[in-house]
Parts: sequence; structure tokens; C-alpha cells
Amino acid sequence: MESIGVLMTCPMNAYLEQELDKRFKLFRFWHFPQEHTFLSEHSATIRAVVGNASIGANANLIDALPSLEIVSSFSVGLDKVDLAKCKDKGIRVTNTPGVLTEDVADLAIGLMIALLRRLCESDRYVRGGLWKKKGNFKSTTKFSGKSVGIIGLGRIGLAIAKRAEAFGCPISYYSRSPKATSNYYKYYPTVVDLASNCEILVVACALTEETRHIINREVIDALGPEGVVINIGRGPHIDEAELVSALVEGRLGGAGLDVFENEPEVPDQLFELENVVLTPHVGSGTNETRKAMTDLVIGNLEAHFLNKPLLSPVV
Amino acid sequence: MNTDLPFLILHHSPQNNLNEFIHRFGSRFHLIDPLLPSFSAADANLSRILVCVGLEPVNPSTLDRFPSIQCVIGTTAGIDHIDTGECHRRGIKVTNAGIAFSEDVADYAIGLLIDVLRRISASQRYIRSASWPVKGDYPLGSTLGGKRIGIIGLGSIGSMIATRLESFGCIISYSSRTDKSKTNYTYFKSVDNLVRNCDILIACCSLTSETHHIINRETMMLLGKEGIVINVGRGGLVNEKALVEALVKGELGGAGLDVYEEEPIVSRELFELDNVVLSPHCAAFTPEGTEMILDVVGTNIEAFLANKPLLSEVKYA
Repeated sequence: MESIGVLMTCPMNAYLEQELDKRFKLFRFWHFPQEHTFLSEHSATIRAVVGNASIGANANLIDALPSLEIVSSFSVGLDKVDLAKCKDKGIRVTNTPGVLTEDVADLAIGLMIALLRRLCESDRYVRGGLWKKKGNFKSTTKFSGKSVGIIGLGRIGLAIAKRAEAFGCPISYYSRSPKATSNYYKYYPTVVDLASNCEILVVACALTEETRHIINREVIDALGPEGVVINIGRGPHIDEAELVSALVEGRLGGAGLDVFENEPEVPDQLFELENVVLTPHVGSGTNETRKAMTDLVIGNLEAHFLNKPLLSPVV
Repeated sequence: MNTDLPFLILHHSPQNNLNEFIHRFGSRFHLIDPLLPSFSAADANLSRILVCVGLEPVNPSTLDRFPSIQCVIGTTAGIDHIDTGECHRRGIKVTNAGIAFSEDVADYAIGLLIDVLRRISASQRYIRSASWPVKGDYPLGSTLGGKRIGIIGLGSIGSMIATRLESFGCIISYSSRTDKSKTNYTYFKSVDNLVRNCDILIACCSLTSETHHIINRETMMLLGKEGIVINVGRGGLVNEKALVEALVKGELGGAGLDVYEEEPIVSRELFELDNVVLSPHCAAFTPEGTEMILDVVGTNIEAFLANKPLLSEVKYA
């Protein structure tokens, strides 16, 4: 398989790069300053693209690679892959579901506790010498028992529910249709209804045309100054401009954000707010999970080129 | 002044805010504040109950000063600041906070742990210093699921930590004075054996002469350079000097600390480390917890005055 050209869209993981390099003829897209020259020289040999949440395979790239057979994404979200075009052209698409579910759910809960209990703020308080100077830190609102509303009850949404339940949190959710769940999770037919009836709203659905800005001004108003939003999905799930003004003006209680509309840009109005917790898209960012994701990407590519069933096909 | 009301001595430091206490109990009891100029020793001698606010020490001289006391009502989960041995000798009952703060402390322990493993506070500093666009992706953290957790002390806080962490797919073991055999968790009589079988240690037991420095240098070396220590009990449970050294030298993977040996002093060397999360002894401090402790205190006082069993009596061990 060493002659099979695989195009990696951007730096994403050293171990993944190493494993791709071992097995295929790996092209690192970011090493070629002149995209046009690179494509005219090598496009014929490229039969696979490995993308991620930052850079996937859009229509332009797919059109520029006539030999493309498979897009294997180093992510579970496929909003950066033109799925319709792939389907049209018979190009296979795989992602990395399941292996990152737990880490993402863990981070969602971690953000909730850090936000409500002001963990980062109190760490800053200690490191700034304020405990000695100003005395005790303030009282912060309890996490256990707060109502949690989940947008999207897929693998990640369910994993978040399971953990939040262990903290005595009543669970409610919104999804395209009600799910049969073994525990009593209350279904709401609209996101505004969900937001009106929970204290912690968390986004855990896929990003599609329909779910872009699923958290908008109306939802933020419904959540209100006692409510908080947690985003471990994709930045465009939330109307970021509305979110920032709601936070700055005190119309929303707080936010825990792992994703942003224009990563790695983060609105700097959020930097000084103590009711905001910000992490740099680290939902699946552990050594263990990135290795498992790598194994899945490699496994899918090998299966494809050996004419075996794909491990996690989406198209 | 209605002298038919029972008398309560409020034993506190000048820093303590007594407003909530006065609001809840001021009309039902005659509250005696020894720090006020109006304090009358004669009134104090009419009180059978001393409420120990926060961590104000209750020692033999306190008990000498208020000889009529028959019950000390604690307002915290940990009562190592109350000389329970001396109280027992004098036939004085002692109560603590019961489970008023247990959920909050358990939540906080989990929060600290996820923060340490997934670098939440550290990566937030990264974003806030505008480093993300310049320096690229933040270094990878470590998965919580599947990790072996060793809980030191399986009281109400320890058990709540255990049930929460089970939902994350962690494997739970514990060490406690007695084997709480009703659980599914693996019991180890000694912390030495516990630590050989876990990746993460969580200290949430009471501080006594037996548990002082129960986490020492040896424990940390056994835990190893991927090991994590979380302390939401008392600073004295951990040999802080050894902990700082192990962290600075990279011999221990990380730590989440809410308590320290000499509060509010925290070793400055810890401030340089991104694998450490520090909080100023506030795990129990929520408005909800404050409401609950007032309930617990009220219930204990009423029970004592009615000669009934106390809600959260600490029996002398």
C-alpha cells in the first residue's frame, strides 16, 4: 500500500501522521505553500483524504482529486465534509464514533462543575495570592441536582445524561423525535421549551444546516440569567455574537465552551468574565482517545484498500 | 430580652459572618456572642449548648471558660479543630455537619479531578493569554474512564464520590477504618495496598492522629509519575512538603487541592505547575449547603433540648 497517496489536510496528531507515513505515501497538505502546483503534480495519486474538525474535504478539494476514493475523518463530526458530493461521486466517508464519546461527555460534566463552582476562578484566586490578602473565596452554586437539558440524545448526549444522573440531576432533552430511553428523560419538542425548563443546557448534536445556530437569541432568553449553556459540539451551534452580548450584559448566567465559530479565535470579551469557562477544543484531546481514533482511521483506510467492510462508514 | 428562650453560645472568630445564623435562630434562642462588649459570663453559664461556627477551635480552655456546656454543635464536616477526646472526658456531646455538605464536596472533588486530567484551568489560561492562535493546539490530557480510583475514607463524602465516578467508568477501591462490606468496591485495609492498586487517590477522611500524613512520600512514589492526588479532606492528610517536591520533580502526575497544611498559605512552587489545580478551601461553600447546615444545626439543637437522639452526633472513637 506504500504507493497509495493519502492527503492529510492539516497537522492533527503526531502518532496518526507516523502511522499513515508507515503504510501509505503520505502528503502533508500544509507542507505545500502553492496549493495549485501541489494538486496539479500529485492529485492523480491521491486516493484518500484524512481530515478533521478544522479542515475536512469540501467540494473544491473533492473536485481537485480525481482519484479520490475515501475520506477518513479524524473526528466524529462531519460538518467539514461535503457528504452530498461524496455520495454523488461514490466516495466513501468514515469517522471516529464511539471511541471519543466518553472523553467528550467527561469534559461536558467537567465544564459544568468548573463553571458552577467557579473552579478556574478560585485557582486564579489562589495563584494571585488573594486568599491571604482578601480572605475566603465566595460561595458558589451547587451542581448536584441542577436540571440538565441536552440537545441531541445520541451517543454523546446519552453519556452526558448517564453521568449527570449520578449527580442527581433531572434530565430532559430535545431531539428530532422522542427516543425510547430506559430512564425517565423528559422530552421537549422544541429547543426553546427545553431551555425554559432546565438550568444547564448542553449541545451534543451533529452540526448540519438545520442545527446551525440552534442556540440563538430566543433560546438564550429562555435560559435566562440563572441558566447556563455548555457547548461540546461545534462552534456554529451557537450564535456566538448573541451569546457574547448576553453574557456581557448579564442576560445569561454563564457558559462553558469547548468550541467556537472561528477556532482558534475566541471573542476576547469573554476572557475577563468569571462566569465563562473556555477550553481550546479538547473534547477528545487525551492521549488514549487520540490513539484509539488513529487506530480507527488507519483501520478504515486499510479495510477500504483491502476491499474489506469499512469499520465506521457514514457514506 | 425573653429569658424563657434557651441560651446558645456562638463560638466564632471575628471573620465569621453570623448574619444567616442570627436570621435563622435569633428569634428562637437567646444568642450569646462572647466577642461582643455586652457579653455576660452569667448569661453564658445559663447555656448548655455551644455552637462552634466554622473552624474556630474548641479546646480545654474553651470548655473551662464555658463550664455549663453539655453539647458542642459543629458546623463543618471535619471537626479536627474540636477536641473530641476532651469533650468525651467531660461528658459533652459533639455533633458535626452530617451530610449537609457531602454532595458539594463530592462534586468539587470530581471537578478538581477532571480539571487536573483534562487541564481545564490550565487550558483556559492558555486561551486567555491569547496563545491558541499563536501556539496551536493545547497538549493532550488524560482519560478518566477506566482509571482505578482509591478513595481514602468511605463516609458520606467518599461514597458520593464513588457513585459519581462509577458513572464515568472508573474502577473504585477504598480504604477505611472498617470494611463497608455492603458496597461493590474493593476494600484495602491499608493505604499502602490501596495505592498499589490505583492510579488516582482521593483523600476525604477525617484528620486524626492516625490519618495525619496518610499520604506521604512513599505513597506518592508508589502512585508514580502518572498518579494524581486529590485532597478535599484536611491539609494534614497529605505531607505537603513531599507533595510539592514530587510534583516539581515530575515524580507525581498531578494534584487537585482544596486544603493545605497552613491555610491560607500555599507553596508558591505549585503556582508554576499546569498539572495542579488549587482552590481556597471552598469545596463545601454553596448557598444550598449553608441552608442545609442551618437545618442540621437546628435539628441537633432541638433534639438535644428534648433529650432525644442527636441527628449527627460524633461518637468518640
